[in-house]
Amino acid sequence: MTKDECKQVVLDIIADIAPDEDLSNVKPEVRLRDQLQLDSMDFLDIVMELRKRHSIEVPEADYQHLASLDSCAEYLTPKFIALAAKG
Amino acid sequence: MAYDWLKGVADEYDVIVIGSGLGGLTGANALAKAGHRVLLVEHHYQFGGLATWFTRKGGHIFDISLHGFPSGMIKSCRRYWTKEISDAIVQLKDIRFVNPQMDVWTTFTREDYTRVLVDQFKLQRTEVEAFYDYLRAMNYYDNNPETTGQMLNRFFPGRLDVHRLLMEPISYANGSNFDDPAITFGIVFSNFMGAGVYTFRGGSDDLIEKMVAELKKNGVELRKKVLVEKILVEERAGQKVACGIVSSNGRVIRAKAILSNANIKNTIFRLAGEKNFPVDFVEQARAVRINSSSCQVYFGIRKGEIIPHIGDLVFTSAAPQYSNEELTHFQTTSRTFSVYYPDTRPGSDRYTVVASLNGLYPDWKSLSEDDYEAHKLRMIEESLVALEKFIPDVRAKIDWKEAATPRTIERYTTHLNGTSFGTKFEGLPVSMHLSEKLPGLFHAGSVGIIMSGWLGTINYGIITANKVDKYLFALKQAAPASTPA
Repeated sequence: MTKDECKQVVLDIIADIAPDEDLSNVKPEVRLRDQLQLDSMDFLDIVMELRKRHSIEVPEADYQHLASLDSCAEYLTPKFIALAAKG
Repeated sequence: MAYDWLKGVADEYDVIVIGSGLGGLTGANALAKAGHRVLLVEHHYQFGGLATWFTRKGGHIFDISLHGFPSGMIKSCRRYWTKEISDAIVQLKDIRFVNPQMDVWTTFTREDYTRVLVDQFKLQRTEVEAFYDYLRAMNYYDNNPETTGQMLNRFFPGRLDVHRLLMEPISYANGSNFDDPAITFGIVFSNFMGAGVYTFRGGSDDLIEKMVAELKKNGVELRKKVLVEKILVEERAGQKVACGIVSSNGRVIRAKAILSNANIKNTIFRLAGEKNFPVDFVEQARAVRINSSSCQVYFGIRKGEIIPHIGDLVFTSAAPQYSNEELTHFQTTSRTFSVYYPDTRPGSDRYTVVASLNGLYPDWKSLSEDDYEAHKLRMIEESLVALEKFIPDVRAKIDWKEAATPRTIERYTTHLNGTSFGTKFEGLPVSMHLSEKLPGLFHAGSVGIIMSGWLGTINYGIITANKVDKYLFALKQAAPASTPA
C-alpha cells in the first residue's frame, strides 16, 4: 500500500459517513475538520470503519493522527503494510 | 403457562443489549451493521425507553419526550439510522418564554436568540458572541470547577432575567441547574443554539417503528417483555468477565459482551452486583447522584375541536425569579407546554398538549395512595388553569386529562428513583470506565447530564458501540484460528 492509496482508503470512508460532503478538493495537508463539516463523532466512525473494513485498530490516544489526510497516511500506511505482511 | 417472550431466541450471541432506549437501539444497530450477532431485550411492552408514547380513548396519542431536540439529530439519524428517518426531522419555529420577568418569542436559533438578547435584554452584541464562543470551546475533559451559575454571573453579572432565559430551557432539557458544572450547560446549550429546535414528523410511535424495522433488517433479534434478572459473571483465568444474562424466568443467554442501556446504578448494583467490581469503584458508583425527574400532565383535545397556535414549546412560570428550588418544588408553578398540532402526525387532525414539570422522586414516593391521587388531580388542575391563560376556552375542548409522576417513570423504565434525566455529572466516568472494571460489560444511557436527551443518548450509544466493537475485535484477534488458512 502506498501513501496515496492509504489516503484514498480514508476518503472512501469519509464519503460513506458524510455523504453530503464534496470531497473533490480536500487538501491533504489541511486538517479535515477545518475543511469539512466533521465532528468528533465522525472521527469515531472513521475509526470504526477502519476496524471493520481493514482490521486496523486505532487506539484512542492516537486519534490525533487522523487530523489530516497527510497525517492519516503517515500513521496508517505502516499499519496496512504490517497487516499485509502478516496476512 | 405464561407465554415465553424469549421463544426462538438462541442460547448465545456476540452482544446482548439490555434496554431499548435510544442509546440501546442505536448501539444495537451499529453493532449489527458491524457484523455482530445482536440480541436486544426490553422489559416494557413497547420499545423506545423514554422516547415513548401512549394512546387513550378518544383517539389520543400522547408523546412523552418529543418536545424538541438539536439539529445534530438530522446528521446522527442519517448516519446511524436511515435517510427516511432523518428526512422526517423538521424544525419547531415557535419557542416562547412567559414569566414575570419576560415575554419572549424566538426560533431559538443563534441569530434570533442574539436578536432577543440584544434588542429585548439590551446586552451588547459583543458580550453575547463572546459567551457563545466560550461555550463552544468547552470540553468535557477540561475539569473546570466553575458552575453554570458562576459562569452566567461572570458573563452577565446581576442579570437574573438573562440567567433565567439561558438556564430555564436547559433545566427542562437535561435536569441541570445553576449548581451543576458549567460544561453540562455549555454542551447542551451549544447543541441547541446552532440551528434551533427540531422534532420528528410522524410522532414517537412512527420513529420507533421505523427504527425497529431497520434493526430487524440488519439482523438484530429484538424481544420485549423480557426483564433481565442479572448479568452473568464468570471467572476466566482469574479475571471476572460479564458473559451473558439471566432473564426473570431463569433463562440463561450467553454473549461475548453486554451493552447495558439500563440506568448506570441499576446496571452496577441490581444487574451485575457490586461484588463483581473493585471496592473503590463501587464506592465511586455509590456516590453518583441520581438526577431529578419530571412530572407531566396530558391534555387531549376532543376530535373535531381546534386550538390556536400558541407556540410549539412554551416555557411558563409564575415565580418572580428562577431558582433551583422553585423549579423542582412539589408545587412548582414552572411548567413547559409542548403543543402537538395536527402536522405532528401528517394526515391527523388531532391536537394534544403536554405540560412538563420538574419533580423530585422523594416528594411523590412518600405519599399515601389517596394523597398521591389527590396531588395528581391538583397538578392537572393547576396546569389547566395555566394553559387557560393562553387558550381561554380550552377546558371545554379537553376530553382526556391525565398525569404522570416520577413514580410513573419508575414503573415503566425501572430507573432508580424514577429519574428522567439519568445521573449528575459524576456518573459519566463511572459509565465510561465500566468495562475496565468488569470486562465484557459496557454502558450507554443517560449519564453525566451531557450524555442525555435524544441526541446525547444516540451519540453515546455509538460511542459505546465503538468500544464494544473494539473489544470483540480484540477477542477475535486473540482467539486461535478455528480453521487452517
